[in-house]
Amino acid sequence: MADTIKVEVFKGEGGQGAYQVFDVPRMESQTVLDVVTHIQRNLDASLAYRFACRVGMCGSCAMMVNGSPRWTCRTHVGDVVEDGCLKIAPLRNLPHIRDLAADLVPFFDKMQKAGGRFVAGKEVPQQMLNIDPQSPARVAVDAGIECIGCAVCYAACDVVAWTPDYVGPAALNRAWTLVNDERVADTGWHLQQVALDGGCTSCHSQGACSVHCPKSLNPSQSITGLKRAVAAAFIKGEL
Amino acid sequence: MKNKDLKLYMTQRLSAIFMVPFILLHLGVIIYASRNGVSATEILGRTKGSIGWMLFYGLFVVAASIHGTIGIRNIVSEMFAWRGLKLEIAMVLVVVLLVAVGLRAVGAVT
Repeated sequence: MADTIKVEVFKGEGGQGAYQVFDVPRMESQTVLDVVTHIQRNLDASLAYRFACRVGMCGSCAMMVNGSPRWTCRTHVGDVVEDGCLKIAPLRNLPHIRDLAADLVPFFDKMQKAGGRFVAGKEVPQQMLNIDPQSPARVAVDAGIECIGCAVCYAACDVVAWTPDYVGPAALNRAWTLVNDERVADTGWHLQQVALDGGCTSCHSQGACSVHCPKSLNPSQSITGLKRAVAAAFIKGEL
Repeated sequence: MKNKDLKLYMTQRLSAIFMVPFILLHLGVIIYASRNGVSATEILGRTKGSIGWMLFYGLFVVAASIHGTIGIRNIVSEMFAWRGLKLEIAMVLVVVLLVAVGLRAVGAVT
């Protein structure tokens, strides 16, 4: 193991800037977040970056590491270092705030645009709904519900880069969990939302979202499910 | 139109389904007809004046032109960031061109 790592860090504001090189001591079991924190605490106190839990629960430390979006807290340097170098940049496909901090507002706005919120019926149910955990619908919900909204899939998606209106994999994955949720009052509304321009039909099933998801979820599969549901609704004249 | 993407998506899928029997028959006839060798004159002898083959390939051309244009529209929109009226005019020109050259070819052999 080398004594130091050469780390290129994007420094700048509002999309303007350049990579600055830092030499960081190499340590055992060192994560990329450790590297960024070392730079901020010891080499450049002005470095802006975002993190919270440090243990892969909050998803706020996601950045581009050697070209791929990753949770930096759960990425060991040894797994990604190339020729003793790391290149760290803010998440792709999002507006740049400063240095390594990207603005996630469009990401969450698109989750709303895709109908990614639970809407119950107006009347209070008289009985608790009995949901079979083994039912296909609930299994589909369980497969997607663990998303914590870190935007790694959004940064990985080429269609988001090419089509600014595309709502992205996380928003559609969330919508798929709601389409399958038996407690949802109006499933048709969710299908209408994901069938709008920039919705599920924009996806090319490239699968970068599923490859990069730090939680090993499969948004690509969720989007395929939405495409099937939307196509069926279209043929029935419901969309 | 708020769900134009969906309409184009469905049109592309339905045109693909529509083309499946055409493709199978087209390939099947080629394999069957050429098993003992076949000349251009013999082919034209069967297709010239045939309303059936004219309809078959005419519909095939129209479906393929629509299907292909939607695909080209996606590529142009994504790769060159063409949007709005410029994109729609360009795609109308593409579909007209594809239908025109396709039907011209059908006219030449039927």
